[in-house]
Parts: sequence; C-alpha cells; structure tokens
Amino acid sequence: MLSRTADSLFWLGRYMERAGNVARGLNAALRMASLAAPRGTEVAEWEGLLGATGTAAHYAQLYGEATPDGAARWLTLDTLNPSSVISCFEAARRNARAVRTALTVDMWEAVNDTWIDLRKIGPEAAGGDRLMGFNDWVMSRAVLFNGASMDTMLRDDAWRFARLGTMLERADNTARLLAARAPAFAPGAEADAANHAQWQGMLRSVSALRAYQHLFRERLRPARVVELLLMRPEHPRSVTACYEEVNDILSVLAMHDGEDRVACRRLAAALRGRCVSHSPARLMDGGLPDLLAEIIDGNGRLGTSIGKCFLIG
Amino acid sequence: MPAFDEMNEEGRVRPPYAGVARYLEAARGEELEAKRREAEVLFRRIGVTFAVYTEGGDPERLIPFDVIPRIIARAEWETLRRGLEQRVRALNAFLADVYGPRRILAEGIVPAELVLGNEGYRAVMEGFTPPGGVYTVVSGIDLVRTGPEEFFVLEDNCRVPSGVSYMLENREAMMRLLPNLCAAHRIAPVSHYPEELLETLKSLAPPACQGDPTVVVLTPGPFNSAYYEHSFLSDEMGVELVEGADLFVRDDTVFMRTTAGPRRVDVIYRRIDDEFLDPRAFLPDSMLGVPGLMAAYRAGRVTLANAPGAGIADDKAIYPFVPAMIRFYLSEEPILNNVPTWMCGRDDERAYVLDHLDELVVKLARGSGGYGMLVGPHSTAEQRAEFAARIRERPGDYIAQPTLALSTVPTLSEGGTAARHVDLRPFILFGRDQVRIVPGGLTRVALREGSLVVNSSQGGGTKDTWVLEQDGPPPLQGMVQSMGAGGMTQSLGGMTQTLGDPSGRGRG
Repeated sequence: MLSRTADSLFWLGRYMERAGNVARGLNAALRMASLAAPRGTEVAEWEGLLGATGTAAHYAQLYGEATPDGAARWLTLDTLNPSSVISCFEAARRNARAVRTALTVDMWEAVNDTWIDLRKIGPEAAGGDRLMGFNDWVMSRAVLFNGASMDTMLRDDAWRFARLGTMLERADNTARLLAARAPAFAPGAEADAANHAQWQGMLRSVSALRAYQHLFRERLRPARVVELLLMRPEHPRSVTACYEEVNDILSVLAMHDGEDRVACRRLAAALRGRCVSHSPARLMDGGLPDLLAEIIDGNGRLGTSIGKCFLIG
Repeated sequence: MPAFDEMNEEGRVRPPYAGVARYLEAARGEELEAKRREAEVLFRRIGVTFAVYTEGGDPERLIPFDVIPRIIARAEWETLRRGLEQRVRALNAFLADVYGPRRILAEGIVPAELVLGNEGYRAVMEGFTPPGGVYTVVSGIDLVRTGPEEFFVLEDNCRVPSGVSYMLENREAMMRLLPNLCAAHRIAPVSHYPEELLETLKSLAPPACQGDPTVVVLTPGPFNSAYYEHSFLSDEMGVELVEGADLFVRDDTVFMRTTAGPRRVDVIYRRIDDEFLDPRAFLPDSMLGVPGLMAAYRAGRVTLANAPGAGIADDKAIYPFVPAMIRFYLSEEPILNNVPTWMCGRDDERAYVLDHLDELVVKLARGSGGYGMLVGPHSTAEQRAEFAARIRERPGDYIAQPTLALSTVPTLSEGGTAARHVDLRPFILFGRDQVRIVPGGLTRVALREGSLVVNSSQGGGTKDTWVLEQDGPPPLQGMVQSMGAGGMTQSLGGMTQTLGDPSGRGRG
C-alpha cells in the first residue's frame, strides 16, 4: 500500500474516533453540570474537558476563562479548534476523500453524509437544549463509521492502518480523560457525592458505566474504575484493550513486510506492559498521575514511530 | 437559427428516439422532476463532484445530470467510430513525425513555425520514440452535429482529456433511475471502459518491463477539478492512485513509496500537465511532479501516457490542418469534417473575422473550458468591441469559426421538456495492439435556452449517451440507401468536400 494512503487511513481513523470522543466527553460534562455543582466544580469540569482534548491553552489564549457555552461551542462547531467536532469531521472527510478508493462505499458514505449534514446546520443546532442531541448524533456517526468498517472492510492493510489510528486515538482519549479527573482518584479521595459523581462521569465519558456494573456488580469504587479503564481487556475503550489491538496489528504488519519494525513494536509492547504491570491498589496510592503521564507521552511517541515506520515512507 | 433536433424532425419522431418519445409522452412532469432530484441525491452521495475554479460559492459542485438520454443509431456510430480512429491515427502519426523526421513540415503542409514555436511543443521529445510509438494513448474528440448526417469535429483533446467517469456514472444512474426504459432498448454497454483502458496501458509497457506491468494513475491531488475521475478510474482498474510525492526515481527507474518499501512502476497514466511532470525537465518549482521522471522515460524504463508534447496535436492553431494530415499520413479522405476555421494571425483571415464578429464564434487558440470565448450572435456590441480590441492586440491568440447550429435534444427544464444544444466527447484508446473505442461518450448539454456553450464550468450539464446495438426501425431513408459496401464512407467523405474547405484553411 502507498505510504500516503496508509497515512490518510490512519488519520481518518483518528479523526472519526476523536469526534465521537469529544461528543462523549461533552455529554458527560453536561450531565455533571446539570447535577448540583458543589464547591464551584462547574468551571473545573469544563476546564478538565478542555485539558483532556489538549486544547485548554489554545482556548484560553483565544477566549480567556472557560464558560459552559464557550467550551461547548469551542468543542463542537468552532473551526479554530483543530479538535472540535466540525474540524475532526472535516479532516476525516479530507483524508477519506484522498483515499476514496481504499474505502468501502459504506465507510465513505458514513463520512461523507456526516460532512454533508454538518454543513447544513447552523450554530443553534449545537447549542442550549439541543447540544446533547447534537452530541448523540456525532457519537452515532462515529459508531456508524466503525460499524461500516467492521462489517464491510477487507481485513487487509487498509483495515489495519485505519484501525491503528482508531485505537491509538482511543487509548489517548481514555488516558487523558482519566488524567483530567485525577483529584477524584487521588489517595484519600472521599467517597462523597461529589467524587461519586466524578467517577460516574468518568465512566460515562467512555461509555463504560454499564460495563462497570456488569463486570463488578458493586457500587463505584475508584480503584475499580481505574482497573476497568486501564487494565481490563474486556472493555473496548480500556487503554489495555486498545494497546492489545495495536500490538496485534503491528505484528501482522511486521510479518507482512518480512521486516522487523523493532522500535515501533517495542514501544507498543512496553505501553501495554505498563498498563497491566501495576496493581490497582498501588496506583491508588499515588502512582496514577505518573502512569497516566507516561501513557500519554508514550502514546505520542508511538504515533511518531508508526509515522516513521510506515507512513512517511 | 433553426437547429436540427435529434428527436423531432419536421414533426416526426426520428426512429432511434421512438421509445424515449413514448416514455416522455406518458410521463408526467412531476415524475421527471422527481427523477431529476433522485439523480442529484445519487450523484452527491457517490461524491461525483467537479471543482469549479475562479468562482465563489460551493467549491464542490455537481454537474447537472439530465435524465433524458441522447441517442445515436448504430449506423451513425459506425461512421463516427471509423472517423475517430482515422483521426487519432493521423494525430499520432503527426506527433511521431514532428518529433522525428518532420516530413510534414519539410513539405510545407503544416507551417513549421506553428509547430516549433508552439508552447505545447516539447523539445525534450525530439528523437525519442515512446513505447509502441504511441503518443495519444487516451484522447477525447469533441463532436457536434448539425444535421441528420452532418457531424463535425470541434476540438481534439490529446493531453489529459477528462469526462469519461461521467460517461460511466451517467449510465449507472440511468439504469437505476429508468430501468424499464433502458431495458426496452438494446444499449451498447460502456462499463468495460476501465478494463479497456488498463489493457491499453499494459500493452504499452516500456522495454525494460518484465512480467505483468505495474500501472498507476498520477493525479495532482484532491484539489484538482477532475480528482473524482482520477480516483474512480484507478479504483475501477484496481491500480494505485499516486501523487508526485508518492513516486521517486533511482537509477532511471520509477518507484512508489509503499508501507512495504519501494515498489517499481512501469506505466504511468498521468493526469497532470506536461509542465508539472518533472521539475528537472520542465517547471523547476513544480511540487506536483517527480524529479528525474523524464530521464527514466527517455531511458525506456517507464511509460508516460499520454506522451509529453502530445499537446501540439490538439492545439487550436494546428486543428485546421488535421484533414490535410489524414490525407498526408494515411492517404485517406477524412471521414469526419473539420469546422471551417479562420486564424486571426493571418491578415486576410483576421480582416474577415473583424468584419463578421456578429456571426462568428471567437476562441482563444489555447483556451479551454469555454473561458475567453465570444459567441457572436449572442453578443452585445460592447463585447464585440472588446474582442475586436483583443484580437488586434494579440491576433495569434485567436481563432474564429462559424456559429454552428448545434443539434438539440429534448432536455428537462422548468415546466416540461425543451430542446437544448448538445455536443459529444467520445474517448479513444490507442494501444500497441489496437485502437479501442467504447461506443458512446460524454454528451454535454447547454442547459440555458439558446446557449451554445456546453462546458460544465459555464452552466452545462450532461446526459447519458446511448449507442443502440440494434436500430429497430430503419434509420433515415437516405442513410439506408448509401450504406451498401462502403457507400457510407463515400457519401460522408464527399460531404467533407462540400462543407469544409479541404485544405482546412477556411475562407479568407
């Protein structure tokens, strides 16, 4: 496959995933904000979300202090934000269009129809009471794209590179969201209503609340939340699950080429190892922020390494 | 100016259109309008769009598709097919000659300065024979019709002609929109075009290629107006769609960068212009091309289709000489007529043009897309004055032709159907082994009432073009009579002489 094609597929996967994640995070934040907001956590919630999307500094520079409306606009329809929903869908379509021939019709339509619909709506469609509905639509488009890929794509290199982008983005998102809510997971964080809401919000923002109940059948405990989101391979949005798939894909690509893409695979294997090597209890003793920082940094380096190995060519 | 209508002739329906006429009579206005909207949704979904330069608004526009087909009878097509093949063979022979022995220049049949001073002329091609001796691998010849048997070549396109994806997608759309109407006709299929194209390209693999040639389509990228077509064709052929940056040259061999390392490339169907192909040979600051590509080409290690420099064959200044080329290289009479053309660079012809601006079409000799064009009968005195000034300033840049009464075909318009002017661009594939022409082409239609400009950048639309395998009821009486044993050639060849000046130099 052309390196450029692989690159576009990789970024197509990343941007579609990112759009869905931004919407998911937004809806969790909205929910938090509509609950009683004790000790002025409202602004903190939005700042946390901006931090998790890696755009807090950019936002502050343009608009100053985060407000609910401002943050929502920034994350949905603001074209100045490269990670807003609209920018993600634009970028996804641009990449999809560049590799139109590597996609199935269903995948292309999932991306193209999204873009067509998005161009028709006005700013009011993603504001006020309609914001949640907008986010639901965005998530459903991301899910449609993933479903179309799953159901219609040949399991060839095109599939692998698109999937690689999706998984890398997803691991990054889960780690960043967790990092943004670190205080609620700090040693001695009380099991009060406020923290409980934080744990719940965290699970919601990666669609894992129901999964928690199914897996553990007990009330929310921070160590369990961390275990689910970092270590459990059963949950498709856990960091571990993402890296398992990344590892699998990289090993197939390496076999395929008859060439050992050592640096890349080593990095991915190390990242996966880091997630499962800690006991949840130790993490709750103060190790979590460092581990998350390590994962976020490692994820960035893995992205660069994949780019060097396969994409730039 | 009364135009020949391809469906209704003197109150009678011409036989090839009988089925369509019956359908139109039965269909209510809303039904057709619904089909039109359905077609638009279809095209938008597939992503068949066309970028229009130098305009604001939506950069990805749809070319309007008209659901009423344009029909060509089998016998008519047979003549066109032979005429097209003849013309392309002559154009190719001309290219081989001017980059080689230059016989036609030596004999003064084509003025040397028109060729050697032409901006389409590529000195780098001198003394080099492309694989198979083929320059014009893919060409699109624009035809117009003015009567039952009168077809004219309006323009040759030997560089990177586009539009073939519309020929294919229009047929797909028709078969979805009006399946019963399609089934009621024996329509010659077009969907094998990509396979024919691939066969043609493979047949021209360079001498250094061993085994199955690796073919790629080279595009300037997603911002090019015809990008959809580039991706469509590569997809249909199952070959890679590459940009310049995906290719590199090492030891005069072209490779593409893949996730599995460099892979050798043998044949490049390039959809970028000559000047951008190789910054070492042409424009040094081109970002679209591949440094060293021309050296690899001249070393016989890669094939470029079409060959660089093929553009001199389709130049509007060379066009008037094509009938003479056909006689010179093939010793045949032209089957398809040229439109008489006045070259403003010549004093006597310019004087005539300036005197008759109100009845002529004036074009830039090197323009395309219908830009910079004056349609005399539809112009204002002001526009004519402006053109007169431009012609006097740069006479060599302009040619003029009589305003032809282009044939019309019923077309959906507000409040029913109306006659609209059409042209036709068939696509001709020239391989090492044979010339292949898929029956049909792209019919472009001027959607505005009375307009003669069919270019999509000027508000033109397209129609599906049906070549009937079987004509059903006999075609025109006159044609039937002249069809015995080569009779068609002669009667049409004779027409050339009565309609156009055989020297092609027009009336002075």
